[in-house]
Amino acid sequence: MQTLTWSETWYLAPEIVLAAFTLVLAIADLVLPGRINRDLIGWGAVLGLLTAGVFVGWHIHDLGVWDSAGRDPYYNLLDGSYRVDDFGNLLKLVFLGAAALIVLASLGTLKKEEIPIKGEFYYLVLPAVLGAMVMASSGDLITLFVGMELLSITSYVLVGIRKSSGLSGEAAFKYVVTGGTASAFVLYGMSFLYGVTGSTRLFDIGQALQSGAVGDYKAMVYAAFFLIIVGFALKLALAPFHAWAPDVYQGAPTPVTSFLGVVAKGAAFAMLYRIFMNSALFAVSDNAQVRDDLYLALAVLAAAAMIVGTVGALRQQNVKRLLALSGVANAGILLIPLTLDVTNLHSSLFSEFFYYLLAYVFMNVGAFAVLTAVSRESGSEELSAFAGLYHRAPWTAGAMTVLVCSLAGLPVTGGFFGKLFILFGAVQNKVIWLAAILLATTVTSYYVYFKFIRQMYMRGGESEKQVRVPPAVGFVIWLSALASVALGVLPKPILEWVNDLFSVTKDFLAP
Amino acid sequence: MLEDLPILSIIAFLPLLGALVTLFLPQGGSRIIRFTALVFTFAPLLLAIALYISYEPAVGGGAFAEKLTWLSIPLNMDAGLSNNGVTSYRLLFDYRMGIDGISLPLVLLTGVVSSMAALASVHIRKRRKLYYFLFLLLQTGMYGVFLARDLTLFFIFFELTLIPMFFLIGIWGYFGREQAANRFLVYNGLGSAFMLLAFLILIATAGFSTAPSATGMQLTFSGSYEVLFANLSDPNAAANLNSAMHLSDPLKWSAFVLLIVAFGIKLPIFPLHTWMLKVHAEAAPPVVMIHSGILLKMGAYGLIRFGAFLFPDQLDSWAPVLATLGVVNILYGAILACAQKEFKLVLAYSSISHMGIVLLGVASLNETGLEGAVFQSVSHGLISALLFLIVGSLYERTETTRIDELGGLARVLPFTSGILLTAGLASLGLPGLSGFVGELLSFMGLFDAYPWLTAAGVLGLLFAAVYVLRSVLSMTYGGLPDRFAAVREVRFVEALPMIVLTALIVLIGVYPSIMTDIMSHGFDGMIKLLQPGHGG
Repeated sequence: MQTLTWSETWYLAPEIVLAAFTLVLAIADLVLPGRINRDLIGWGAVLGLLTAGVFVGWHIHDLGVWDSAGRDPYYNLLDGSYRVDDFGNLLKLVFLGAAALIVLASLGTLKKEEIPIKGEFYYLVLPAVLGAMVMASSGDLITLFVGMELLSITSYVLVGIRKSSGLSGEAAFKYVVTGGTASAFVLYGMSFLYGVTGSTRLFDIGQALQSGAVGDYKAMVYAAFFLIIVGFALKLALAPFHAWAPDVYQGAPTPVTSFLGVVAKGAAFAMLYRIFMNSALFAVSDNAQVRDDLYLALAVLAAAAMIVGTVGALRQQNVKRLLALSGVANAGILLIPLTLDVTNLHSSLFSEFFYYLLAYVFMNVGAFAVLTAVSRESGSEELSAFAGLYHRAPWTAGAMTVLVCSLAGLPVTGGFFGKLFILFGAVQNKVIWLAAILLATTVTSYYVYFKFIRQMYMRGGESEKQVRVPPAVGFVIWLSALASVALGVLPKPILEWVNDLFSVTKDFLAP
Repeated sequence: MLEDLPILSIIAFLPLLGALVTLFLPQGGSRIIRFTALVFTFAPLLLAIALYISYEPAVGGGAFAEKLTWLSIPLNMDAGLSNNGVTSYRLLFDYRMGIDGISLPLVLLTGVVSSMAALASVHIRKRRKLYYFLFLLLQTGMYGVFLARDLTLFFIFFELTLIPMFFLIGIWGYFGREQAANRFLVYNGLGSAFMLLAFLILIATAGFSTAPSATGMQLTFSGSYEVLFANLSDPNAAANLNSAMHLSDPLKWSAFVLLIVAFGIKLPIFPLHTWMLKVHAEAAPPVVMIHSGILLKMGAYGLIRFGAFLFPDQLDSWAPVLATLGVVNILYGAILACAQKEFKLVLAYSSISHMGIVLLGVASLNETGLEGAVFQSVSHGLISALLFLIVGSLYERTETTRIDELGGLARVLPFTSGILLTAGLASLGLPGLSGFVGELLSFMGLFDAYPWLTAAGVLGLLFAAVYVLRSVLSMTYGGLPDRFAAVREVRFVEALPMIVLTALIVLIGVYPSIMTDIMSHGFDGMIKLLQPGHGG
């Protein structure tokens, strides 16, 4: 058993920074007198997230230097149970950036009547992100699970933070129950995997599965992976495991909803990628059938999520429920690159996945920021709160139009190219049925997303009062809208960058 | 001189520039907004005219072609291909614009109809800034569709017409505008989805090419029209061999049928037409001018450009199907047009009928017929724009366009009524006006191969005479209801576009070679591809 040496703590710098900021901010919240505005804690959280981001960027740079010097661009800590590699680093950047935007958008908009202890909200975001980062960086089932629980438990608290609201309590309860069930499924599946292969380390599991463990215990392998898939389907709210999502999204405060939709989802995907790319990839074994079945199961889940999410969103009038179901559909889309397997032709669609995840982060965070601004004025989170927004806040309406176009996948936005790349991958691998479902649900979703357009431009609002957008919220809205357009006009730099950094063989298939 | 400039991009993006300019004009300055919009609408028209004049059919549009690599997206290859001597594996999105004898008349049509619709927008009083912003954005989309020579670029421009049109219908239309806008969005969105799937199949198979370089093989997927066209007709291309990029027959047929449905919705082909009736009836007249005058023609253009040129063999074996659908369109549209009480719906059904003639031209798959299809598109574009221009002016004065509520308008509106009659006659195919030429060419093209279907289609012309004369005469003659006695004749700003459009209809009616000459070499490349001995 390898232990952590002092010099190795450098590789954990982003995680340590987050943990330190959490502690400092929690203590600060405790000792600072009540008259001091708790937005200060929020700014501290943003600072912590950005600092951690800088360290992640530093790591990416260092790994790049190693790569050009001929050294493998990854570092194993503690016997490979924790990995610092480009896959993890890229996703960590997304989590940190998204969380920073979400905290920014909540500054000055949290209502004191609803969340009496605002500081708590701000410093709880940090350990949640820490959990997500651990999930992205784990090379071992146990670390993966620890990261997942850290993220989940903090999220339970965050969902229920509006203590006086019945909806929030209901949401927290539902989230605890489904989250716990999901963890149980995942853990049960993992125990089977350990039983078959004798290891919790993902690389060893992969080796054992390749070298014949599958042949003797085929049923166990199926059980292990299906249990894991079900657990993650619950976490990701993939249909038919999505029923909790609308209630939880509706009950949670808007920034937390946004966090669940982006960071929690992204982290679950990171974990799914780790498990599947490392261990379900029996590329050279004679048990290709097992592998094909597993990927097919994922593909079917993706299809079901796209269909159920889109159709469910058709009749929603509550913005958060609508975006929850849109999140179900988008999770389906994000799952497609993983289901397409690794072929000689197209080694991995991780860059495509990453690009769409990034586009999804901006559209989702942006849309929720607009919702924050709009519902602050009217107190309503129904679609009708957007009525006449064109008259009340023309520029915000313009930004929302861009975000809606990105959600609907219309050019020229990040959402459009994201879907286009994923579609191309599917068609190239001749999985036309999945591409057809993606396209059909996209068209149906026009109807869903254009509800916003109709409200904003074609309905009169109840009042002509101008909507006042706090500067931080306005910044997040505009950053998201501009980034959506920038991703659409120039998708190349991101994809080129990810393609340079990421490598299937070094990030997943290496010890 | 025009060759030295990226003239095609300038035409396509001038309106976009105008849209951005309007965005920063003051909300209240409606005169300056309208003036800016007119400037940025007429400028591309003038350039398109210059282009039309300097275009030499025998030379083709090669000198005007523009090519830039817009995006070159790396595809991951580190677990497989990199071990096989491949150094570069990419998905290319080129920025390619081009012009030929088929798209040039349609580009000019876009310029003319947009400009006239901009003049006719004088009746739009609500939210002018947003209106002209969207109007200009729509123009960029339309020019782009006819000029783009890369599948993805084409698709982007195609979608770019969708969003502004949704707003234009939904905000400035009549009572049922929102429903019309929704239906427009869903049907056209569906069409786009079909199209995109077909395009992706093409890019992933026929778009594949390899090139050896100093360091190793370079593999690319491209949506460029030239690459696809060359690969599809090259028996040694990966798409035609048994490879991972094989475009197998079922796949080829799927792509073809998807494209037919996609453009069939736009055209529209019966029974995919219901959305278009709503738009005709509920959108504001200048918007319908654009919609009926240009957007429907994108369907015709797509059928020819992607259906006929990329899949000549498939189209050849489906010719009877298309011809039959065309005849159904002609007769269905014409017969229902006879039964309508609302003039706008008469025109809508008449559009369906006329687009059927375009289908016949495409189905003929010979030069005469295809020229007829393009000619018919342009001619119908001008005629329906003119008719909806008149509808707009009439509605301003009478607040109704129901045939049974109107009558005797010739007494109070002699000029408008005269133009209406001319447009009606052009629509029913009177020789000497543009409608006649398009119909004649299409029917002639089809006659050799399918005489009976042609005969059935010609029957539609009879109905055309009935519905046009019935509606136009009962609106202009007979007793004038008292409430219209004080109606005033059109102003100059309304009369001008009427005169221009009428003049053009007469011009290409009496002198059709001004357009057919331009098209004369446009179909050479495709006709050569067809197996010998078919068609007329």
